[in-house]
Amino acid sequence: MVSLARREFLTGNEAMAEAAIAAGLRVFIGYPITPASDLFEYLAEKLPGHGGIVFQAEDEIAAINALVGATYAGAKAMTATSGPGFSLMAESLGLAAMLEAPIVIVYNMRTGPSTGIATGTGQGDVMQSRWASHGHYGVVVYSPWSVQEAYNLVLKAFDTAWRLRVPTIVLSDAVIAHTRELAVVYEPGEVKIADRKPPREPPGEFKPFKPDPDDLVPPMAFYGEGYAVLAESLAHDERGYYTTDPGNYERLVKRLEEKIHRNKQYVVSSESRYTEDAETVIVSFGTLARSALALVKDLRKQGKKVGLWRPVSIWPLDEEGLLKAVEHADRVIVAEMNLGQLYREVARILGPTGKRVELVPVLTPELPGPDELLGYFEKAGVEI
Amino acid sequence: MTLQVQKLAPSHRVDDLLRTERLPHVWCPGCGIGIALQAFLRAVKDLEAKGVIDRKQLVFVTGIGCTGRASGYVRLDGAHTPHGRPIAYAYGVKLANPRLVPVVFSGDGDLAGIGGNHLLHAARRNFDMLVIMVNNFNYALTGGQLAPTTPHGAYSTTTPRGNPERPMDVARLVAALGANYVARWSIHYPVHIEESIKKALPRRGFRFIEVLSICPEIFGRHIGFRSPVDLYERLRKVARVKKPKRLEDIVYDWEKEITLGVFVDKDEPGYMESICSIYNYEWCNELPERRWGAK
Repeated sequence: MVSLARREFLTGNEAMAEAAIAAGLRVFIGYPITPASDLFEYLAEKLPGHGGIVFQAEDEIAAINALVGATYAGAKAMTATSGPGFSLMAESLGLAAMLEAPIVIVYNMRTGPSTGIATGTGQGDVMQSRWASHGHYGVVVYSPWSVQEAYNLVLKAFDTAWRLRVPTIVLSDAVIAHTRELAVVYEPGEVKIADRKPPREPPGEFKPFKPDPDDLVPPMAFYGEGYAVLAESLAHDERGYYTTDPGNYERLVKRLEEKIHRNKQYVVSSESRYTEDAETVIVSFGTLARSALALVKDLRKQGKKVGLWRPVSIWPLDEEGLLKAVEHADRVIVAEMNLGQLYREVARILGPTGKRVELVPVLTPELPGPDELLGYFEKAGVEI
Repeated sequence: MTLQVQKLAPSHRVDDLLRTERLPHVWCPGCGIGIALQAFLRAVKDLEAKGVIDRKQLVFVTGIGCTGRASGYVRLDGAHTPHGRPIAYAYGVKLANPRLVPVVFSGDGDLAGIGGNHLLHAARRNFDMLVIMVNNFNYALTGGQLAPTTPHGAYSTTTPRGNPERPMDVARLVAALGANYVARWSIHYPVHIEESIKKALPRRGFRFIEVLSICPEIFGRHIGFRSPVDLYERLRKVARVKKPKRLEDIVYDWEKEITLGVFVDKDEPGYMESICSIYNYEWCNELPERRWGAK
């Protein structure tokens, strides 16, 4: 088969929209918000031509609930938002996790908190992307640093969401959203995305929340197939029936998180640059990692043994990848556009190694270049 | 003597639409929700027997509250969603598979209080779904707090000196927003409720049926009508069946009159047909509302 892959000069938002179409998106439900509206507008123009529906909800609360309903009715479904919209989605992000609904959320971070600087970029939502909803549950979060990677990670997000029946988030930012770069994109049908595991028992015997023992993921019956599936937001047993039984509750909540770790090989990924001999490793993610890489290259020219470790999956992190990248280093410096969120995770993982973990907070609505980034090292009193 | 439950409870005509293994239900003695639910289940049985609908295409969606618990007992595809969100969930079901017919069955607090924004916009869009709102005048599952439908002056646990607010006439509001079908009944009229559902279920667009219910255990006890019969009679005194000609003729006043009847009965294209007038989707000729409505 001749591949129809083509090179396109796209913004991150356009690329993520193209990726969703290639992944088989059937329903996009959005609410306008900077810097995600143009992804919505792009799909409004294009998705109907591929047989899909674009719907503007009355708010983000409606959007995420509708997404969950859409996946139970059998559709690949996605939304795109930013911090304030994601805050509203927090309520039913927990619903999606509880119902094991394979929804995909493109989350373009902007400058917060509150309305913040709507047109600026940011990385303040690392924790919000993981812990926004009440109770303990699992989600998967990927973070791209380029238009191409944004495209690839939206494909990956659909695959993860449907393979694990878990809400999956692409944590991008305002810079990627509106930066135009060359990207290789595919046609629908050219990419392989995981599908649901269909029910193996007939209606009456099928239990919608009974996990397979190997991957802990329950097969999924869609509405309209005659299974009388009850999507129960209350704590439920394998039939989907509400129960306050403590043993059942413990099994359910543990499994919602454990199924991600059990299938870690599909989920986690990271990139190491110049870490083989690095005495100092800078940890950075998303677009800031591009400036960090440029800084690492500058420092290398000065003979300093500096490397970069960049997580691609943020939740969960590639812990083995991080430990390997810092093997020869005695210092690890986390540079991120907040006052220390990824830093906490890195410090937790490296705690037992005794390595020094330092933080360089980069608080600005604009992506700093390598020289400016170095200025933030100085401001934080972190020598390099 | 042993109690032989099986013999005391012979099978009922709607049993096959119920997850009978989950009974007994949570609703209090004297509660009116069962009357509304049974009217819906009887309507489904009847429409199915006439070959008008296929139960496999129904998706029964509820929110949080006493009425919201109904999805746990109904043997249809369904969802028990977070507080206020069943209409939002139902959007996604319909958009993802237009061959399905969402039925939202929930309470006044869930649909008109916390979920009010979804109700407004679903009605404005004439979005294809049937919404049955059971109005028990208060937040009963949580112990009797103020609802948007609680009568002015009434005691609730969060307005212990009487409700200073004016209540919302939800049916009149939905009628004003242009829904295809709007009716209000009370549990004194189970046959009328069933007939309304039979009319509205196969129809396109947004269909809204409010059912005034009695909650003697919480609302009744708080306002001095602890006995189901007393509250039943008190509600009957103000519930008046009429044929209002104008929106202004629809009244929601606990002291004087709560108007019952069919307020809107029209057949304009719903949201799904509306998008089919712009885009030619492969499902456009298979919308159940078109085929069911024609029978």
